[in-house]
Amino acid sequence: MKTYWSIIFVVALLATVPFVTTSNVLLNFLVATLLIALVGQGWNLLGGYGGQYSFGQAAFFGTAAYATAVLQMQYGINAWLGLFAGMFAGALVGAVIGVLCFRSGLRGSYFSLVTLAFAEVLRVISTVAPITGGGVGTLIKLDLRPEAFQFQSRAPFYWIVLTLVALSLVVVRATENTRFGAYLVAVRENEDAASALGINAFAVKLAAMTISAAITAAAGCFYAQYFLFVDAAIAYGPWISIDALLAPIVGGAGTLFGSLLGAFVIKILGEATKFAAGDAPGLDLVIYGLLLVAVVGLAPRGIAGVAAKIIQQYFREGAPAGRDYA
Amino acid sequence: MLSPVIVLPAMLNGLMAGAVYALVALGLTLIYGVLHIINFAHGALLTAAMFAAFFAFTLLGIDPYLAAVFLTPLFFGLGYALQRFVIGPVAHGDDRNFLLVTLGLAVAIENALLYFFRADTRTINLSYAFDVIAIGPAFIAVPRIVAFGAVIAVAMALWMMMRWTDTGKAIRAVAKEKLGAELCGINVAHIYAVTFGLGTACVAVAACLLIPTYYVNPTAGEAFVLIAFTIVVLGGMGSIAGALIGGLVVGVVESFSSIFLGESLGQIGIFIMFIAVLLARPSGLFGVRP
Repeated sequence: MKTYWSIIFVVALLATVPFVTTSNVLLNFLVATLLIALVGQGWNLLGGYGGQYSFGQAAFFGTAAYATAVLQMQYGINAWLGLFAGMFAGALVGAVIGVLCFRSGLRGSYFSLVTLAFAEVLRVISTVAPITGGGVGTLIKLDLRPEAFQFQSRAPFYWIVLTLVALSLVVVRATENTRFGAYLVAVRENEDAASALGINAFAVKLAAMTISAAITAAAGCFYAQYFLFVDAAIAYGPWISIDALLAPIVGGAGTLFGSLLGAFVIKILGEATKFAAGDAPGLDLVIYGLLLVAVVGLAPRGIAGVAAKIIQQYFREGAPAGRDYA
Repeated sequence: MLSPVIVLPAMLNGLMAGAVYALVALGLTLIYGVLHIINFAHGALLTAAMFAAFFAFTLLGIDPYLAAVFLTPLFFGLGYALQRFVIGPVAHGDDRNFLLVTLGLAVAIENALLYFFRADTRTINLSYAFDVIAIGPAFIAVPRIVAFGAVIAVAMALWMMMRWTDTGKAIRAVAKEKLGAELCGINVAHIYAVTFGLGTACVAVAACLLIPTYYVNPTAGEAFVLIAFTIVVLGGMGSIAGALIGGLVVGVVESFSSIFLGESLGQIGIFIMFIAVLLARPSGLFGVRP
């Protein structure tokens, strides 16, 4: 039984930031980082723990962002209800794609490709469908009241996204502690063996995909409320799918804090690149791409894996180095 | 609506466009068939090749068709080096790692192009770009006919190489039974790299055939990747004939779905076909079950 103390500690620490600084630049940066951590945590549950590498988390992110924006603007639904509706819509998309993929036994690269294709289909449809505002996108009306999920200052937004991240951490830790989590890891390690032992691999993968989609969808809803604008390139753009897998892989896929750690690393790297090279487009992404290659090659378990190895060697001098996860 | 005046040009244009798709897919399927990996960097390499062809014309004044003569070996070398020294060693032979490494390379290459050349869309002006030949009621641009012929020639050459040369035999041996091939003294890492190089060379040829009638910007190749994946899946992963026929089919489908659904939804037909084929028959029309 793994405890929840580490989550409480990390979240409490992060929650104090707005008391220490009122800098909007810093808070903006942290909100963006936590948003990526949340998107990535969704990927992490399915990809890191379940071994199903989705290349289309944007499908869930975008659906949720559009759902919350369109429900508010066209149907006058409260933004907070929109958050839940968006998460539900994202989870539904995840479940549908999951049923289709896992029913026909798609694994490995095939699964990745199909998720990518679904995100692309949704992107193309959303550029022409009238309900999404087509190519123009959907603006959410400015209404700075807490009831409308809009705030004067950045701090409440920050605490809300932090709460969502905290909930996602709890969900993942709870998964680790239940049978479901053990099944999921078994499926990742060897699906045929897991099935032979009586695990319903289809149900396990489908459940993981639905929860994963819901987590990523929460980030999509938050994005819409924070920036008050959604269009096809933002909602279903490939950038979100790439960030979603980059953060947990850099931090350590299949570890509780992997996504959060990775999000901080890639965001700081991105900002540092912008600082060093000016606002030239693309350079930060070049670094991301090379970072992904480097992490896969040098530290397949991400930063968390490297840290675990170092700690292990430090405390157990002379003991054989950690298991080789490559 | 379905008068031959509309159907025949749509059909022929679809076939011509499909030929270039087929060539891109050929590279992808070759790499998949031997290395059993999906190369996500394929589209980015295509974009890079298109930029190379573009600058060969604008800076050096070399005709794109002539540029193919030196760009093809250049990209073969590039692909060889990428697989031998980057992708192979980094991926440790794990399927999922290959996906991530090639995805990382794709992101890096595409954005390096964006950084150096900005997001501007560029085209070149060739004297013969707008020449057309009338086939019945259809007018087909000359560069598209050249491209069609060239693709057939490249596919034939590849097929003959795989069939009759020692390298081709080694490639087929590695594709069938890696360990066995290694025991027979075949250098698997070398053959992998050669295959990756051949796939990349296909992309260089495709770029030279595309640039007379198409545009180039840092995401130009991306449009072709999903199409190429569709073709590869449709034709069966690893099948050369499948890629060729699949490419032509996809070209025609795209051509017709843009008539019936409008230009912006034209690609939807392809994606839906892609998803449908993967879900219903992941082994493709010509392939064996993965």
